[in-house]
Amino acid sequence: MNRRQAYEAAQRRRALAVAGVSTFAVLAAIILMVPLAPGWPAVKASFFDGGVFVQTFPTLLQAFLIDVMIFAWSVPLILGLGLAIALARGARAPALFPLRIFGAVYVDIFRGVPVVLTIYLIGFGVPGLGLPRPWNSPYIWGTVALVLTYSAYIAEVLRSGIESIHASQRNAAICLGLSERDTMRYVILPQAIRRVVPANMNMLVALQKDVALLSFIGPVEILRQAGIYKSLLANFTPYVVAAVIFLAVTVPATRYADHLLNRDRDARS
Amino acid sequence: MPEAKLSLRGVHKSFGDNQVLRGIDLDVAAGEMICLIGASGSGKSTLLRCINQLEPIDDGTVWLDGLDISEPGLDLGPVRRRIGIVFQSYNLFPHISALDNVLLAPRRVLGEDGTARAEALFERFGLAQHMRKYPDQLSGGQQQRVAVIRALAMQPEIMLFDEITAALDPELVGEVLNVLRQLRSEGMTMILATHEMGFARELADRVCFMDGGVIVEEGPPEQIFTAPEVARTQAFLRSVLR
Repeated sequence: MNRRQAYEAAQRRRALAVAGVSTFAVLAAIILMVPLAPGWPAVKASFFDGGVFVQTFPTLLQAFLIDVMIFAWSVPLILGLGLAIALARGARAPALFPLRIFGAVYVDIFRGVPVVLTIYLIGFGVPGLGLPRPWNSPYIWGTVALVLTYSAYIAEVLRSGIESIHASQRNAAICLGLSERDTMRYVILPQAIRRVVPANMNMLVALQKDVALLSFIGPVEILRQAGIYKSLLANFTPYVVAAVIFLAVTVPATRYADHLLNRDRDARS
Repeated sequence: MPEAKLSLRGVHKSFGDNQVLRGIDLDVAAGEMICLIGASGSGKSTLLRCINQLEPIDDGTVWLDGLDISEPGLDLGPVRRRIGIVFQSYNLFPHISALDNVLLAPRRVLGEDGTARAEALFERFGLAQHMRKYPDQLSGGQQQRVAVIRALAMQPEIMLFDEITAALDPELVGEVLNVLRQLRSEGMTMILATHEMGFARELADRVCFMDGGVIVEEGPPEQIFTAPEVARTQAFLRSVLR
């Protein structure tokens, strides 16, 4: 070990020791202090009941599969509609001007309204038209609400990706005789989509959580199931169970998205 | 109407208030090689971009085989595939392999496979073993040669080269200039904007010195490089040829 390496190793040991001590101090403080709060025994009994946890976990996990299903069929619809809106917003031909306006208004509306409000309005409003089964299903209209909202976000991300591709790429394609359409399809879009994958991963993590909002209009998915248990058992532990299940999915997904973002940034620096 | 392969008359181009081209007249015969020299900002690159109509011109006319290709509203697709251009910054498509870069336009525009011709071109310019690589796996010189192949794959009648060695490390310039020598010997009609004076002198049929958006002086390389008549040409060559 040369002098520099010895110095750096010593620095690392010191940093590790400091980090360990401070982490331990904070954890100890939390563990010792929180139970001293006057309401702690009541909170512990109603939020962290081990028996309730074990009892409700299997059913809640099953209810979570409904969230996963809604998520799974929403994603392709969101990506397709988002791409269509992004392309509509970039349309330059005069005949397509209405499409362009539509794209802009669409994005403004669905980014401007809280997701839960869109879910209420569409989830209760459209079936209220008196549609026959199965077309009055809250699964359908809840999904529609999510798709409308999230495709507006995805469209904006995609558009920023398209605009980030340098004009020289377009010029090179045009000079080879490629049409505007082929230039977009074979040169600009493949690069733009690759560039916005990490940002869209974060969107999908947010979507996974927002699926739970559909509980407000009917589907017995995890959040609603937890609510049912809460009333039944007079205990809040099912909500903690639901949170744990969500974290088990979203934490790895977020980490993966961050990893992609970092790799992308490293590749471009 | 002039009879040359390519003719420019009174070509003007401005970007906002900046007049970049102020009346360019130029005739290029089939098989001729023209070198445009001049300081940065003299209008060389813009002139090339106005020839293939990447930049629409403000005034004047560009004829290709007697067809007025500067006419506003003309469908430029068929024109652009007859005029190849290679840029200083290569502008390869980074998401596809070198071979796919070359095949994209023949497939989409000409509706033909073009693989055999593309492979022959890679072979001819010594890049056969790099065909499947992606642009970022190639050196600058190799990328620029792929860009030349990509333009040639459309079988253009004229090739434009916009300072294609200016972004290269000095030791890589030679391999790209060799490609141009090869094209020259095959009789390709070429217009080069270049800072490689030795190369212009060696190969050009005609050298045009540009300054301030006009062609100040033109003639055979011997004359321009040894006995320039205009003071501005003399001053420019003194500054670059010491």
